[in-house]
Amino acid sequence: MLNSSLQQLGAALRSKKISSVELTQLYLSRIAALNSKLNAYITVNEEMSLAQARAADVQLAQSPTNALTGIPIAQKDIFCAMGWRTTCGSKMLSDFIAPYDAHVIEQFNRVGAVNLGKTNMDEFAMGSSNETSYFGTVKNPWNRNAVPGGSSGGSAAAVSARLCAAATGTDTGGSIRQPAALCGISGLKPTYGVVSRYGMIAFASSLDQAGPMARSAEDLALLLNVMAGFDERDSTSLQRETEDFARDLNKPLNGLRIGLPEEFFAAGLSADVAQAIESSIAEYKKLGASVVDISLPNSRLSIPVYYVLAPAEASSNLSRYDGVRYGYRAPEYTNLADMYEKSRAQGFGDEVKRRIMIGTYVLSHGYYDAYYLQAQKIRRLIAQDFVEAFKQCDVIMGPTTPTTAFNLGEKNDDPVQMYLSDIYTIAVNLAGLPGMSIPAGLDGNGLPVGLQIIGNYFDEARMLNVAHQYQQVTDWHTRTPQHIEV
Amino acid sequence: MSLSINDVYKVARLARLGMTEQEAQTAHAQLLNIFGLIAEMQAVDTTGIAPMPHAQDITQRLRKDVVTEPNQRELFQAAAPQIKNGLYLVPQVIE
Amino acid sequence: MQWEIVIGLEVHAQLSTSSKIFSGASTAFGAEPNTQACAVDLALPGVLPVLNRGAVERAVRFGLAVGAHIAPRSVFSRKNYFYPDLPKGYQISQFDLPIIGQGSLTIQVPTTTAGQTYKKIVRLTRAHLEEDAGKSLHEDFHGMTGIDLNRAGTPLLEIVSEPDMRSAAEAVSYAKMLHTLVRWIGICDGNMQEGSFRCDANVSVRRPGAELGTRREIKNLNSFRFLQQAIEYEAQWQIDTLENGGTIHQATVLFDSDKGETRAMRSKEDAHDYRYFPDPDLLPLAIDNEWIEQVRNTLPELPLSKQTRYVADLGLSVYDADTLTSSREMADFFEATLNEATNEAKLCANWLMGDVSASLNREDRDITQCPITPQQLGGMLKRISDGTISNSAAKEVFKVLWSEGGNPDTIIETKGLKQMSDVGAMEAMVNEIITANPAQVAEYRSGKEKVFGYFVGLAMKASKGKANPAQMNEILKRKLAG
Repeated sequence: MLNSSLQQLGAALRSKKISSVELTQLYLSRIAALNSKLNAYITVNEEMSLAQARAADVQLAQSPTNALTGIPIAQKDIFCAMGWRTTCGSKMLSDFIAPYDAHVIEQFNRVGAVNLGKTNMDEFAMGSSNETSYFGTVKNPWNRNAVPGGSSGGSAAAVSARLCAAATGTDTGGSIRQPAALCGISGLKPTYGVVSRYGMIAFASSLDQAGPMARSAEDLALLLNVMAGFDERDSTSLQRETEDFARDLNKPLNGLRIGLPEEFFAAGLSADVAQAIESSIAEYKKLGASVVDISLPNSRLSIPVYYVLAPAEASSNLSRYDGVRYGYRAPEYTNLADMYEKSRAQGFGDEVKRRIMIGTYVLSHGYYDAYYLQAQKIRRLIAQDFVEAFKQCDVIMGPTTPTTAFNLGEKNDDPVQMYLSDIYTIAVNLAGLPGMSIPAGLDGNGLPVGLQIIGNYFDEARMLNVAHQYQQVTDWHTRTPQHIEV
Repeated sequence: MSLSINDVYKVARLARLGMTEQEAQTAHAQLLNIFGLIAEMQAVDTTGIAPMPHAQDITQRLRKDVVTEPNQRELFQAAAPQIKNGLYLVPQVIE
Repeated sequence: MQWEIVIGLEVHAQLSTSSKIFSGASTAFGAEPNTQACAVDLALPGVLPVLNRGAVERAVRFGLAVGAHIAPRSVFSRKNYFYPDLPKGYQISQFDLPIIGQGSLTIQVPTTTAGQTYKKIVRLTRAHLEEDAGKSLHEDFHGMTGIDLNRAGTPLLEIVSEPDMRSAAEAVSYAKMLHTLVRWIGICDGNMQEGSFRCDANVSVRRPGAELGTRREIKNLNSFRFLQQAIEYEAQWQIDTLENGGTIHQATVLFDSDKGETRAMRSKEDAHDYRYFPDPDLLPLAIDNEWIEQVRNTLPELPLSKQTRYVADLGLSVYDADTLTSSREMADFFEATLNEATNEAKLCANWLMGDVSASLNREDRDITQCPITPQQLGGMLKRISDGTISNSAAKEVFKVLWSEGGNPDTIIETKGLKQMSDVGAMEAMVNEIITANPAQVAEYRSGKEKVFGYFVGLAMKASKGKANPAQMNEILKRKLAG
């Protein structure tokens, strides 16, 4: 059951081989047994999950139902879910019970999926290792001394360790793809605007995008079918025809042109990862694809640009946490200014404070043009690189990360080294393009390698097709962490 | 444009982040490193390039002018640190 | 030596939308605290703004009314600062690309001579959309401040003038004209007590011809009287300071209406650094020509156009025209009255600005609450015009119309107020008077024309006040001439 695809689970539920309550209980008992080892969940609420499962069972008795009806999904703790504690991995919101549902949560509720719990994450999604969470580090199920990646590390670990059928994540600079790669699962960041940001706690508004995290491309397609959709409460939500993201899964890849950016295979890429990526490209050639060398000359600037723009937006987005209307307020203070300064100093962790500082500085008087505006201009250059590249190829491939999972604590004291672990993922967010990561091998230590697939705008169905065809002829995505009982 | 320790204090004050001297020193060193990383960007010639504030080049959709939100004060104030008579309380604001 | 006062005004007009600028919460005034503050207004984690079409349309109406450029593309920015009544820690406003560009407003400034005005054109720098903040309440919380966020997110149009005004009187005329205009075009209710229309005044002084002096900004003036007093006090304070060898430092000041003084704000944080940047949650606002034309087609005739027409076509004075266009309701009332009493513009104007206004003022009503309709008033004025009643009789008709209503003609009939216009009867009266007063007739005929008044009095008495004065005068003159 734990290794079944979402489609198989759905079929089992509809044919009454198992009820949603039983399936939910199965996962809840696994969480009870294993979460202390992995710390993948911040909040589990059996009562609320089982209530949803019971409702789903009623729904399943009638027809028609959605593919995800009754299926337990783990929600990244960045999505507000009515009545659920929603912390965003921060002390600031450690007691915050969301009084409304995010659009993504509504979409899952609408089809009768079960909210299995809220997964751990880097505080306010700022981090690449899940070590900035106020609720403690998530451990990589493949090696509990290694990081799971971040910021959606809890979701990645939960999927990888079979602590849920599937999960949601959000991706601002790689926060779905990088942990997916490091935990050996599949994750998709859609085109900016495809999934509503309403109720998803903001980090960097012009880059944030929610997406699914699961064990296969096929599962991702079913999840995205539910998550995507126009929402009038998000000004950047796109009004588009409803599409079935699973529609092209079985198309053959004959004639597919894969662009390989030289910049993604340059210095800094570990040999193990390079080798795994080369093998998967060879696999694609066997499937009928051809390879084109391309260049994304400005992608090297994506890290500096990102570390100006994302903190700038974040510094403003996080100003609302002031201890006035909700959230943490310092127990002692002398006056209003002191209340602000103490509540924020105590309520935010170091990485969040660091980024607020960077963002405040680059927006401040005298530095705006040199930093913020310059970064926005280079952002356009980076996006234009992709426009040029997609004239020559259908998808772009490369490594998701320069290395496999690094050790816990390894980069903690060196923010710059930590930031560099997102070197291949960030440009995609800056351009607003869809990107995904799928398992593509193991390194010498048995840690997963992720293959990144970048598509043109709104090309999610094709990317899922490309990933699915690979997963038909390889078994990397079915591998499970050795130390986790399945 | 090297970031000074005074800049650190100024920015912390603007961002309402209380900071001890020790914390400011640490932050200063880390921020210098990070701005070292960012500096690479400044050599790029961006003459004539339009800034890109959004991922999509589209314009604002507008909402109809209708009241859709009911009173949910009780629900929303359940999360408030301090309230009285329906008001959020804060230390006195002096003008 | 002379000093010149230089004033620019920033006016915040709350736009009369039903819902807030970025949320679906109500903008109604006076609700229980925080009952109209929705998730978006409270800046709960994860909420997002969506722009209200009604607010944009009102801004466009304003732009058209002041002949301004409407930006085909404008941008919302975040103005970052911490304040408990500002839930997001930033205000969504417009910074370098506002919706409305340069325009102008023509004002009539009263002089020290009653009924005299001079014309002035004040240039508008820009107008932009932004959201209002909540309110801080300082009473009764034992050293705490209470925050009510009902007002947070109410749409504002901030209208910025050039520093074109040179006296408190000019500033007040400008503010009044703007106040008239925003109500005229239906974008703001103009209720100053409720804060729907608030003025900030930038005041500086200089020697004529010199560079602009350092300005101080007087915040939140919510009546024209306070605007006048605050500017006069502030300008004098600056002049005194400079003449005593002091210097003016840029500052934000508040006006204490009890003391009639301005004072610098205490808590104004260190140097402001608002860190404006384009709001990533809001895309650029596009306004196409089609929309602008649609809005233009719904605009009423504007006060300036009416003023010009009243002077040129109706022969009214500039002062009258200005007064009659002090509100759209007043102008509508005037025109409807004139529609009844055709060609009697001056008469209509005199009655509206005289008896009607005085009666309204006495009862603290505005023109929309006038118990007399334009049809009734016009119907009565028509009877003055055609000689049916005298002016003094009209005052009686007016009183009845005011307190009891009814048809003016019926009132004239039942009260017997019709004036005498039977020439034969009047001539007979005059003949009798001449016969009965030979001495006075002789005096008059010898050149003492002052005696004429005596005869008028006798004639009116004889007619019981019903004689048409003009007609009676004519007959008297003719008969007395012999």
